[in-house]
Amino acid sequence: MDQRNQMHRHIANTRKSLFDQGYLDEQFIQLEELQDNSNPNFVEEVVTLFYRDSARFLSNLDQALEKRPLDFNKLDSLMHQFKSSSTSIGAKKVKTECTHFRNYCNARNAEGCKRTFQNVKKEYTTLRKKLEAYFQMSRQVGPIETACRSR
Amino acid sequence: MMPTSSGGGSWKPTGAGADGGVPDQFPAGLRVLVVDDDSTCLMILEKMLRHCKYEVTKCNRAEVALSYLRENKNGFDVVISDVHMPDMDGFKLLEHIGLEMDLPVIMMSVDDSKSVVMKGVTHGACDYLIKPVQIEALRNIWQHVVRKRRNEWKELDQSASADEQKQPEEPDYSSSANEGHNWKSTKRRKDEDDEVDERDESSSLKKPRVVWSVELHQQFVAAVNQLGIDKAVPKKILELMNVPGLTRENVASHLQKYRLYLRRLSGSQHPGGMNTSFMGGPDPGFGSMSSLNGLDLQALAASGQLGQLPPQSLATLQAAALGRAGNSKSTISMPVMDQRNIFSFENPKSRYPEVQSQQLTNNNGGKQMNLLPGIPTNMEPKQFVSLHQSGQHSLPGMNNLVLIQMGGQSQIHIQGQGQTQAPAQSRQPVMSNEMLTRGGVVDMAPTTVYNPVVSVSQPSPLVNFSMNQKTDSRGGSYPLGGNLGIPNLPTTSSALQGDVKLETKVSRKGVVPSYDIFNDLIQNREWGLQDVGLTFDQSHNTIQGGLDASNPMLLQHNRSSGRDLGGQNCNLTSGKVVLSQGFDSRTHHNGSNVGSHVGQHRNTYVKTENDMLYSEQYGQDDLLAAVLKHQQHQQQEGVGQSDNEFVFDGYALDDLPV
Repeated sequence: MDQRNQMHRHIANTRKSLFDQGYLDEQFIQLEELQDNSNPNFVEEVVTLFYRDSARFLSNLDQALEKRPLDFNKLDSLMHQFKSSSTSIGAKKVKTECTHFRNYCNARNAEGCKRTFQNVKKEYTTLRKKLEAYFQMSRQVGPIETACRSR
Repeated sequence: MMPTSSGGGSWKPTGAGADGGVPDQFPAGLRVLVVDDDSTCLMILEKMLRHCKYEVTKCNRAEVALSYLRENKNGFDVVISDVHMPDMDGFKLLEHIGLEMDLPVIMMSVDDSKSVVMKGVTHGACDYLIKPVQIEALRNIWQHVVRKRRNEWKELDQSASADEQKQPEEPDYSSSANEGHNWKSTKRRKDEDDEVDERDESSSLKKPRVVWSVELHQQFVAAVNQLGIDKAVPKKILELMNVPGLTRENVASHLQKYRLYLRRLSGSQHPGGMNTSFMGGPDPGFGSMSSLNGLDLQALAASGQLGQLPPQSLATLQAAALGRAGNSKSTISMPVMDQRNIFSFENPKSRYPEVQSQQLTNNNGGKQMNLLPGIPTNMEPKQFVSLHQSGQHSLPGMNNLVLIQMGGQSQIHIQGQGQTQAPAQSRQPVMSNEMLTRGGVVDMAPTTVYNPVVSVSQPSPLVNFSMNQKTDSRGGSYPLGGNLGIPNLPTTSSALQGDVKLETKVSRKGVVPSYDIFNDLIQNREWGLQDVGLTFDQSHNTIQGGLDASNPMLLQHNRSSGRDLGGQNCNLTSGKVVLSQGFDSRTHHNGSNVGSHVGQHRNTYVKTENDMLYSEQYGQDDLLAAVLKHQQHQQQEGVGQSDNEFVFDGYALDDLPV
């Protein structure tokens, strides 16, 4: 019991830190609210879908960034998609970096684009790791409550 | 998921019992189609919508979404779509949906820049959501569905009520989509049942949603043209279309939109280009007024009351109407009420007299519009081609005449002037649209020749078929002889290039081809009046023969219109502008006149919605005078003559029964 409570607390804290550190935003809470008994793993399912799509987007962007000369319109378009996806799950830092990238695209700044893209990937990777850990913990504890929702 | 909305397929935003006993679940069951290429977003949206108790269908490709919509007519209540999609731009999808299915569409994007949001607005999206979309934003989307339906019903109601008000003696414009004009409701021999039906049907909230495919729309437009814009009531359109499963309500609401569309098109078309004052340009604005004027004269003429009106008053009225130039709004769509306004305009009378002389008096001065008495012509004022020499007398004016005539058969509400203006404004254009759309069929009594004035959008020259052509019977008077310059049509200002096919209804037969000048105009806008159906030649030769020939023109025109009307307009392709060549009608008995006149009147105006004025060409005074004269003449000659030559600019109402 106590251990379970501890686990719950740990999970709650982890979750909270994700928000506090800016990895996640309000949109993630929206997803959590959509989760219910009929669909207890909804959030995780969505995030998994996000990983899948993201892999594709990032790979496309990598390829596009290797072309010479850079096709900024295409880069912008690709990044728009990725940004849209990230936004929908509440990936706050990732979203911010995507915006930076698009700004550089608009400015036709190749260096800026490449540099920012590295940041995008880094943030994405970090977030993914944290979320995977978080979900794993949640699954271990059981479906009681995945988080304390603070509205 | 929520069960399908009660009513098996249609979501009724009504309360309990509305759906057959199911407790009030509103807005539960709203059928939403969500389109987004991003699977993550799609999944989230679907979940959110389901949480709102909506019925959700998701798809990640725009083309697929469109096919869903096309296959399931009435299968959805609202569409939510992302802006940025690889296979089709979201705005394009928005246009398609608006055109074909007319469903409310909500756009969404992570992009919140003003320009994009504005684009959503201008393309007709009923809302724009910024991603990430929150569930609260989705909970209220039902309001868009309800709002849209309410607006449609309201329009129907208006028309229905207007129709119901028809007064027997008034010409019935039979416009189902009532822009709220009372005159509209008057139908001359309109089927009352139509109105009644409309009323009844419109009262029910439920409206099946019809997918107006291009083909269906073309059928619709063909029917409208065939009936003539005046007589194009939903019931008749429905009968003509003969499409199983289509209800009168569907047609009525579509008709209304169509009219608005035409109005919009015409409005932009005639920026006053037509205003070449026919009289020498007295009022640039004249053009716009023309519609009004046209109406006035016609109405006066038609009602035969003109004869009773003192010439001066008519002239004044006309002048007023004409003088309004620039009052595009008032043009055309002026219902009888508006006509009154026309009269209030003060226009230099001089114009009118000139006009008169030129056209109206072509033949007999005044004959111009035989809109008179008892002429149930449906002359769509819009289309009149005024023979004004000067050229572009905007058709609108003609239309006015026609309208007046029609509506004014019994009475010309001259007195009312000024009043309707304001309220009518919005309506006016609609009316004109109607007129145009109705194909300007002027049912001129037996032999009225109606030369719809084709108002060509700016680029197109106004074909002024002056009504003066009095075609006929009377004696020839006028020669529209000039014809509306059929061949010259294009002469008027830039005008109709292409061939403007004016459908002139041969008044003799009393068949007034409906001319959809508007349609043409609208279409012309895009491509320059080429398609304006002013086929002068046709009318020219066949005036007598009936301008029926023009009908084909109408159709032809339609196709062009289809061209590129913008998404919205696609459906309206049929809008052909059929310019009845006024001269045709006229020449209907004077065959010769037509030809000769043509040269002179270049006034073909393609009436743009707002420019019903054909006043450009004619001075109001002239027109009025012409009408009056005609009226008188007719009366003298015996009212019976159907050939009312309408000296209508461009409108050869010549056989309008007096």
